[in-house]
Amino acid sequence: MSMNREGRPTRPEGAETSRETWTGNRGLMLEEPLLFEIGDATTTGVDFENAGGGTSRLGGLERNRPIGLAGLTEPETVRHYTRLSRQNYAIDLGLFPLGSCTMKHNPRLNEKVARMPGFADIHPLQPADTVQGAYELIHRLAEWLIALTGMHSVAMSPKAGAHGELCGLLAIRSALEARGDAREVILVPESAHGTNPATAAFAGYRVENIPATTAGRVDLDALTSRLGPDVAGVMITNPNTCGLFEPEMIAISKAVHEAGGLVYCDGANFNAIVGRVRPGDLGIDAMHINLHKTFSTPHGGGGPGAGPVVFSEALTPFAPIPFVEKQGKEFVLVEEETAGEHHGRSFGRMTAFHGQMGMFTRALSYILSHGADGLRQVAEDAVLNANYVLRSLEDVLDAPFGASGPCMHEALFSDKGFAGGLSTIDLAKGLIDEGYHPMTMYFPLVVHGAMLVEPTETESKAALDQFIGALRSVAERARAGDETLKAAPVFAPRRRLDETLAARKPILVYKEPEAAQAAE
Amino acid sequence: MRYLPLSNADRSEMLQVVGAGSIDDLFVDVPEAARLNGKIEGLPDHASELDVERQLGALARSNMVAGDVPFFLGCGAYRHHIPASVDHLIQRGEFLTSYTPYQPEIAQGTLQALFEFQTQVARLYGCEVANASMYDGSTACWEAIVMARRITRRGKAILSSGLHPHYASVAKTMARFTGDVLSYEAPTLSAATDIDALDVDGDTSCVVVQYPDILGRIADLGGLAAKCQAAGALLIAVVTEPVALGAIKSPGEMGADIVVGEGQSIGVGLNFGGPYVGLFATREKYVRQMPGRLAGETVDAEGKRGFVLTLSTREQHIRREKATSNICTNSGLCALAFTIHMTLLGEKGLRALAELNHAKAVAAAERLARVPGVSLINDTFFNEFTLLLPKEARPAVRAMAEHGVLGGVSLGRLYPDEAELANGLVVAVTETASDDDIEALAKALEGVLA
Repeated sequence: MSMNREGRPTRPEGAETSRETWTGNRGLMLEEPLLFEIGDATTTGVDFENAGGGTSRLGGLERNRPIGLAGLTEPETVRHYTRLSRQNYAIDLGLFPLGSCTMKHNPRLNEKVARMPGFADIHPLQPADTVQGAYELIHRLAEWLIALTGMHSVAMSPKAGAHGELCGLLAIRSALEARGDAREVILVPESAHGTNPATAAFAGYRVENIPATTAGRVDLDALTSRLGPDVAGVMITNPNTCGLFEPEMIAISKAVHEAGGLVYCDGANFNAIVGRVRPGDLGIDAMHINLHKTFSTPHGGGGPGAGPVVFSEALTPFAPIPFVEKQGKEFVLVEEETAGEHHGRSFGRMTAFHGQMGMFTRALSYILSHGADGLRQVAEDAVLNANYVLRSLEDVLDAPFGASGPCMHEALFSDKGFAGGLSTIDLAKGLIDEGYHPMTMYFPLVVHGAMLVEPTETESKAALDQFIGALRSVAERARAGDETLKAAPVFAPRRRLDETLAARKPILVYKEPEAAQAAE
Repeated sequence: MRYLPLSNADRSEMLQVVGAGSIDDLFVDVPEAARLNGKIEGLPDHASELDVERQLGALARSNMVAGDVPFFLGCGAYRHHIPASVDHLIQRGEFLTSYTPYQPEIAQGTLQALFEFQTQVARLYGCEVANASMYDGSTACWEAIVMARRITRRGKAILSSGLHPHYASVAKTMARFTGDVLSYEAPTLSAATDIDALDVDGDTSCVVVQYPDILGRIADLGGLAAKCQAAGALLIAVVTEPVALGAIKSPGEMGADIVVGEGQSIGVGLNFGGPYVGLFATREKYVRQMPGRLAGETVDAEGKRGFVLTLSTREQHIRREKATSNICTNSGLCALAFTIHMTLLGEKGLRALAELNHAKAVAAAERLARVPGVSLINDTFFNEFTLLLPKEARPAVRAMAEHGVLGGVSLGRLYPDEAELANGLVVAVTETASDDDIEALAKALEGVLA
């Protein structure tokens, strides 16, 4: 055993790395029970003044049975959720290459701004005179979004990308119905996000797929030959989900318009072109912008997002209420009441209030920080980083569209060349052991065993080089048939989880052991 | 630019690796006509952190902050005190900057918290299962109507007049496109709700009732639940103020089939209308018809308990146009805030909070009913009630605001077309209102009515 001069061992020898501990913890990797296993009905972490025994106006509907909630004191609560947090991967910990999700750094200035009481502690139904600054903030963000996209107007109220898609399709349907031309079909490329066909169906349309070319683009011939009097429009993602720009976008828009349809663009990948291309110049009629992607509002483990929708002139009259308008020096909120006068064709309200204010403040803070020059640089660096990943790895990972030219903000690989028995999921789980969140797996569906890598612009070259090294190492193991990958991850808080069991016997809420046993 | 780590030297080196002469070569697929060859004109360049903070701080300061004045607005968004540790914990980077937990081995933090959230929501609502959140109460309400249509294969939904008019408005917008038939009328200013008069027939898919309703009234849902069951329709209860359920029976307990609502009161804050968090719960037998994500318990390869997203064959990324909903991103971080605040409260704290809200509201209602010309509409209420003023409430609210009192939501604001409601004022009183605040409201009301 090697010792230092004081006789203290400096290097462990023959350490048992897999030894079980009494607690189940492994050093800083801490196991944490469920809230309902450690809290109880009589513990609380909040002190209240005494309510005093006044009269009840509850109409005899007082709760007389236990709710079943568990409480913890503040120190226990802080520890419980801090411990849980440490079982998550996050952008703050490292590169998060989830394709199509744009996991970029979330500037903390944005968090600070969103928490200013003048934004965070105001009520959506306050009189207009008391919230002029809030209306102005929404209006300023709207102006930026219109300028950056070259479009005519923007609906700010949609709550997330899919809600924005719905907003766009409802405007399209309203515009078509207004000209007495109800149509039934929306065309969606087979590489589209699942939200596209789901949204079209939710809006009452029938969905038909459009095939992709071998170069990973929309098949223009197949599209144009399907256009006709029953086609309301198309939903195209551009840059598309293969990480490629649709070079025929202007021709696609023209063909759709000539056939009497309208063009929806899924703006999930706007980060690749912000400041370099305005969707308005591509002939599109509606596009949602995920503020939680391009404009860096945090993903928060699955939301909240925000999905403002920019519109062409043709669709503007049909945009949803409410929205903020500048009238002279004053900002007003156009709602049901006033919409009738000069916005009578609005398709109506999509959500209770005016949108994701907390996301608007963060997005505007991000936009002002970058400015016109910085946003253009964002797109350039995002695209450069993705191409750097693509070209640095195409010798070990098959890049199905690598030969057709540069990619945009994300690099797409397939599982071709992996040894038999190993697939994309094994590589992904191997990457977890290397300390990374995996890329998007098995999407888009047009590529076998797809791996979609989006590094974003907030990664340094050193961070990219390390990631490329890690991915190269795992890819080489997959090619060589290293069966140990099938057991990965081994260094994460959990080994692979049994998703089949979870779906076959769903346990969606906690049941106390007695109750669970009784239910068996 | 402080957020962009690449240096010009890095960029040149990387362009070489990529085999491109310049960055423009990477944008070759963009049609010539759509290429911007420089910055977009008329927009400012990047700004320092200090400068941005100044610009946005100026906008923030021009708003009247709820916490700075006597404040009594509700109607779907409520001001409650949120313990400081809630905001601290949700700002842990591991929660704030993580993604939807698609890789469960490194997302147990989010998944376990969602499982706790689902359990809390289900128990609060008196239901068997709950999902991992929706955007907000209003969109959750429409999704519940769609779900009821799927289950009953009927297309007529009856909305009680006590439903929040914005929620009804969202449903009306959507129904126009989906072909669902809705019946809805604005409420009348009376102590009794319409719920026992609702006509449920064999074509009805669901009845939607808000509890407590938009005017603050509380009605027993038991009779309506039985009526719905007899007609083969589902009862959907909408709860905009979850704190109420610390004091009154849950809708699930009274027989509601689907319970949805707004969770903003717990942990989230006012935020001028968003982001909020939609809650969605139902019976176990309907779980495969539910929209949205679900966290479920399972085991890992070593047999250790863990959590995953489950039953995703309902969802858009698998089922595409056949999915139960198009929702993808939900309100994850707001759901976490809800869960942490609810953990701090616990059963004991929630009950104490509810009791305090009710006591303050009762005291305020009694005081305000003594203002000359003012009467109280409600027999029953929790922390929100409706006053009938001797004149239009909307200008009165504006006039009170000029005197630094945010005195409630006028029904004129919510129902601009309903002249009979114009004198109604909905006042919400939470634990944040002090006795002085209540007195200030009474005085302000006296002033503007004089």
